[in-house]
Amino acid sequence: MIFAQTQPFIRWDWIVDHLDEIWERTVEHSVLTGFAVVIGLVVSTALSMIALRFRRTYGPITWTAGILYTIPSIALFAFLVPFTGLSLLTAEIGLVSYTLLILIRNIVAGIDGVPAAVIESARGMGYTDRRLFWRVQVPLALPVIVAGVRIAAVTVVGLVTVTSLIGQGGYGAFILRGLRRTFATEILVGTVMSVVFAVLIDLVLLWLQRRLAPWQRRQARAS
Amino acid sequence: MTAGSADAMIRLVDVTKTYPGSERPAVGGLSLEVGRGEFVTLVGPSGCGKTTILKMINRIIEPTSGEIWVGGVEATEQPAHELRRSIGYVIQQIGLFPHRTIGQNIATVPELLGWDKQRMRARVEEMAELVGLDRSYLDRYPSELSGGQQQRVGVARALAADPPVLLMDEPFGAVDPIVRSRLQTEFLALQAELKKTVVFVTHDIDEAIRMGDRVALLNIGGVLEQFDTPDRILSHPANDFVAGFLGDDRGIKRLSLIRLDSLELPQGPVVDVSDDPAVANRAMDENEWDWVAVLDGKRLLGWVWRHELEGVERVGDAEPHPFRVTVDCRASLREALDAIVNTRNNVGVVLSGDEYRGMLTVDFLTRELH
Repeated sequence: MIFAQTQPFIRWDWIVDHLDEIWERTVEHSVLTGFAVVIGLVVSTALSMIALRFRRTYGPITWTAGILYTIPSIALFAFLVPFTGLSLLTAEIGLVSYTLLILIRNIVAGIDGVPAAVIESARGMGYTDRRLFWRVQVPLALPVIVAGVRIAAVTVVGLVTVTSLIGQGGYGAFILRGLRRTFATEILVGTVMSVVFAVLIDLVLLWLQRRLAPWQRRQARAS
Repeated sequence: MTAGSADAMIRLVDVTKTYPGSERPAVGGLSLEVGRGEFVTLVGPSGCGKTTILKMINRIIEPTSGEIWVGGVEATEQPAHELRRSIGYVIQQIGLFPHRTIGQNIATVPELLGWDKQRMRARVEEMAELVGLDRSYLDRYPSELSGGQQQRVGVARALAADPPVLLMDEPFGAVDPIVRSRLQTEFLALQAELKKTVVFVTHDIDEAIRMGDRVALLNIGGVLEQFDTPDRILSHPANDFVAGFLGDDRGIKRLSLIRLDSLELPQGPVVDVSDDPAVANRAMDENEWDWVAVLDGKRLLGWVWRHELEGVERVGDAEPHPFRVTVDCRASLREALDAIVNTRNNVGVVLSGDEYRGMLTVDFLTRELH
């Protein structure tokens, strides 16, 4: 500890020496986040379709997703390790399960938010159910769905650091190692990179959200 | 039922609709025919099933029993979505697609029918012009338009594929009274040109009377109390329910049905600019008036007092005063009456453009009502 205090708070030379590892961890963090969000989206879409088709299942589905959401992440990983080991699979199962509640809620809310009059007029003009879904309901729900993806992605970026405990972790590896060695620079690099990464993803998805709903942008400008 | 079966575009035969969980039918055993090119309004209190009836025609709501024929084909003989592509549909909330431009909205049914791009583009522009929508709106989104403009787009969208039948569910119910009145007038002009078979639902008896060639007055449970022309309904209500629904001002309502150009209008004291003042004096004496209207050919110049003609050689030598209140010959008697009570001399001058058509007095209007 005495030794640590005599060092400067941030050792820039350490950062310069570890640029290669920072890049590797960035790739690892992106992969863990990307897989989790994409798989989460696929699973949530499937579950949302079931909830939309059979309304009674919406309660149980969100209830289950809600339970998963409330389990502390460390506990969940600890529970999974005996089954799936210290693996990428363990990490992804945990990460995906945290996206479900947010994504399912937003997908269902997005589809439900399409005005009844729009649906009735589409039907009245001769839209088939399939066309109504893909050409009207989905495009109109997309901004809400992407808003859900933003929250889910930012949540996952933070959670990825926890997976360092099971040998994965992206930037989390820096934080874990820094804590063990009481090395402030490494903790800071892991934390700051994770935050910057989350903000970047959020901005990219925000751009996408606006891009997908040009009509909303013009409305805002008009009013 | 005045329209013969052979000429019926829409035919409901003993149609009943009972909603699940409800004991009494919303519509019970209704039979009704709408002729080709006829404009029928369905009107009645809430719970009379008027919207249910309308929505059974394009199968948004499926009847519990009975038959519905559209254009000589039983509605259930084809898939619902194909039936609907040949029926224009306008609802109160309009339901424009928020994510598609005005042009894309208007092109909805042509697109469903697989028209090619060029034909679609041409049709969209034609429709925009038809409903009085500037072409610059075509690339905007619905949220950028006012309620009245959106409703015009709704009508253009319903008409785009030129369907023979048009179903309208309180289409002008959500706009303010001024815009509503303008949309009604515009739509009547449009209908005079297009001659669609229209079924139009409203809860507003004045609108029903103004718009319909025939009015179907419905009671709770879809009971058809009277189905006749507006004039017949107003002059001969079938029963107390109809009379009650029409209200106490039936006579005044009839006034709004009769248009000036359908009447032989009295000419009143009128002289030409080239006439001798003696002719003018005679005209005034006949009507017991002390002023006379002055024409130049068929064009109305104004009016002059009797004393202003003293000592002039020709009527045209006196400077005529302009009429402050004039009535267009396409106006209703009700509008004419309104104009007359707002003038000092209780006379309404009727014009067609600037061509003189006649002179209206309160006496004349009262006579017309009997």
